[in-house]
Amino acid sequence: MKIKPIVVERQIVRPGDLLGYVEGEQSVSFMLYPDKNVYVKENRVYSSVLGVVVIEDDGISVIPLEGFYIPKKDDLVIGTIVGIGLTSWIVDIRSPYKAVLNGSDVIEDFNPIQHDLRNYLDIGDQILARIVSCDRTRDPVLTIKSRELGKIIDGVIVEVKPSRVPRIIGRNKSMLNILLEYSGCNIIVAQNGLVWVRCSDKERYDAVINAIKMINDKPHMKGLTEAVKTYLQNRLGGR
Amino acid sequence: MGKYGVKLLRDDGLRLDGRRLDELRKIRIEVGVLKNANGSALVEYGNTKVIAAVYGPRDVYPKHVALPDRALVRCRYHMAPFSTKERKSPAPTRREIELSKVIREALESVIFTELFPRTAIDIFVEVIQSDGGTRTASLTAASVALADAGIPMKDIVVGVAVGKIDGVLALDLNDIEDQYGEADMPVGYAVGLGEIVLLQLNGLLTSKEFIDAVKLAIRGCEQIYKLAKEALAKNYMSVSEPSG
Amino acid sequence: MISLSTTPIRSIVIPRYKKDAIVAAVKKGERIDGRRYSDFRRIEVSLNPVSRANGSAQVKIGSTMVITGVKAEIGSPYPDTPNEGVLQVHAEFVPLASPIFEAGPPDENAIEVARVVDRGLRESRFVKLDELVIIPGKKVWSIYVDIYLLDHGGNIIDASMLSSTLALYACRLPRIMVSGEEIVIDRDVYDKQIPLGDPVVSVTVGFIEDYLLVDPSIEEEAVLDGKLTFIFDKKGNLAGIQKTGVKGIKTKTLEQALELSQKKSQELFELIEKVISSSENYSKPLA
Repeated sequence: MKIKPIVVERQIVRPGDLLGYVEGEQSVSFMLYPDKNVYVKENRVYSSVLGVVVIEDDGISVIPLEGFYIPKKDDLVIGTIVGIGLTSWIVDIRSPYKAVLNGSDVIEDFNPIQHDLRNYLDIGDQILARIVSCDRTRDPVLTIKSRELGKIIDGVIVEVKPSRVPRIIGRNKSMLNILLEYSGCNIIVAQNGLVWVRCSDKERYDAVINAIKMINDKPHMKGLTEAVKTYLQNRLGGR
Repeated sequence: MGKYGVKLLRDDGLRLDGRRLDELRKIRIEVGVLKNANGSALVEYGNTKVIAAVYGPRDVYPKHVALPDRALVRCRYHMAPFSTKERKSPAPTRREIELSKVIREALESVIFTELFPRTAIDIFVEVIQSDGGTRTASLTAASVALADAGIPMKDIVVGVAVGKIDGVLALDLNDIEDQYGEADMPVGYAVGLGEIVLLQLNGLLTSKEFIDAVKLAIRGCEQIYKLAKEALAKNYMSVSEPSG
Repeated sequence: MISLSTTPIRSIVIPRYKKDAIVAAVKKGERIDGRRYSDFRRIEVSLNPVSRANGSAQVKIGSTMVITGVKAEIGSPYPDTPNEGVLQVHAEFVPLASPIFEAGPPDENAIEVARVVDRGLRESRFVKLDELVIIPGKKVWSIYVDIYLLDHGGNIIDASMLSSTLALYACRLPRIMVSGEEIVIDRDVYDKQIPLGDPVVSVTVGFIEDYLLVDPSIEEEAVLDGKLTFIFDKKGNLAGIQKTGVKGIKTKTLEQALELSQKKSQELFELIEKVISSSENYSKPLA
């Protein structure tokens, strides 16, 4: 769909703000594009959220300034165990929906009579997991089957706004690579706005946490990537 | 002459507080005033002060009351006991119950509830000080709080009340004008969509006065809409500026 | 928490094919029960079905059945209006009226109906509160209007407004004798009518996009975008408005709804006139 924008990149828009016009013969009377946070009414494109404009080749989208994480299949998430049932754990993944982790995913030949879930993961434990399935009718289901997934037992978890995650990773992982390279730390960015950081000393922890905070607070700043790189270089002296 | 012989218009044609008939009170809109809520707003229409907070979308308990295909919208309009001239009991009154419904329906007409099945979007509005127009200020505050919370909507909605005082139409009635005037008509409007989302009349108007009153209310809403949008953008201007 | 208004979760499920049929018909200016978009359903009135009340009226619009009972008692005026009588309107949607009603205190829908009817009766001065004073500042007549919905077939407000108006017309106050501060009630003689002004009627119009439907039935209410209730006096002036529903309405459609409902209000005024001028014909037993 070809769109003629009347807004510019990084412009702040609010629900109901006109962003542009649909060109071409197709007539769209009403269509919502939740992933782009826009809707089209009578060939006009409007923002549905308070956010910042991103102009792409195939259209316009709006990145929400505030917002919450909407679970998607295959997303990497960090969650906290908040409930234990007979056959599954309830996991808080900072989204409007609580997620479910089945006992059978974690324990081989799981048998609720034999195995007490509490012995494996208890309330308050944090896990790095992946979303296995998620649709409109059921809560998201998690898995920690792969080697890199599982209970988090060290490091620090930093909270960011879920809408900042793409910025922290960057186009082609450019920002994440800067963070990794110039800090020497182990950094895993979960889609639900949590970043797992493991460093060798306190200096590095502080530096990385501040760098992440910078990206969280001013994601739309021009030259942000350079600023982060400079900050880490100065702070850690390229160690 | 108004009810009980109270004169609401001065000899110079201005209202008792010095406003013209088509003039709004001083309006103040602050976004994100509460830390705990997902979204919040403080709105003042003159001496009327309201705070709105939004929580959600979030889980619904008990689960069986959740809607399978969209979010439940829950709204509470409530007046603090110290908000009115005489202390008001904190227990919900029939008026608060009716206004909670009227405000909820107005907001539901713009929220994309189908994006969040099986959740609830909770909207709480507290009237801190009441001087007329509390439900319309509440509607504006709730709408701004919803935007602040990042909840997708078709448009921002704002409200203002038009009334008839001493035989003429006036915009944004305060408490005295509402009490002693001949009619009070709260209107909620989605300016971008061009749709009326809240409409009530208490009092007497001719059909012609009604049509004119709606037009006057829409003009008032357009001004408040602009202020609301500016307030939302103002909070985040710093985000796009380079850091020092 | 009673004052937390919530999206209705228990509503009558209308099958999809019926919803589609209703909308398709509306767009052609027709309705599934054969009415035109501007027609009211059949209205049946019965006066004083409840003899214990000071006045009562049963109104059926289509299958919606409401009984309103009026009770008059001697009481104290409100402190800020010492020279006015008291008017209180309450409504109850009792569980037997619909599969979706639960037992308990009135919910927001019942409260809304009561308050809309109250505003109509009060703002129009239909009930002349200033003529209900017995001993100024001390004793007045308190008029209690209780609306009872017995069968929910849609458009509860219009049936409630009409039955409340007729019940007030049918109401008879007991004869009283005032000597000094003493009031003696003669409970054997009820011959005084409540001082009443000109009546008001309410006309509810439903809307789907720009299409209008007068007096929506319960099935139509399930597919409507919203409803507008206009309260008129005989001269066509407005004495109240209430918009309900979760969709907005364009100003042009609102103006059309106003014009349409103003026209329809005349039919209701004619009905009221007929009923009160030949009330014997309308005093039928409860049913």
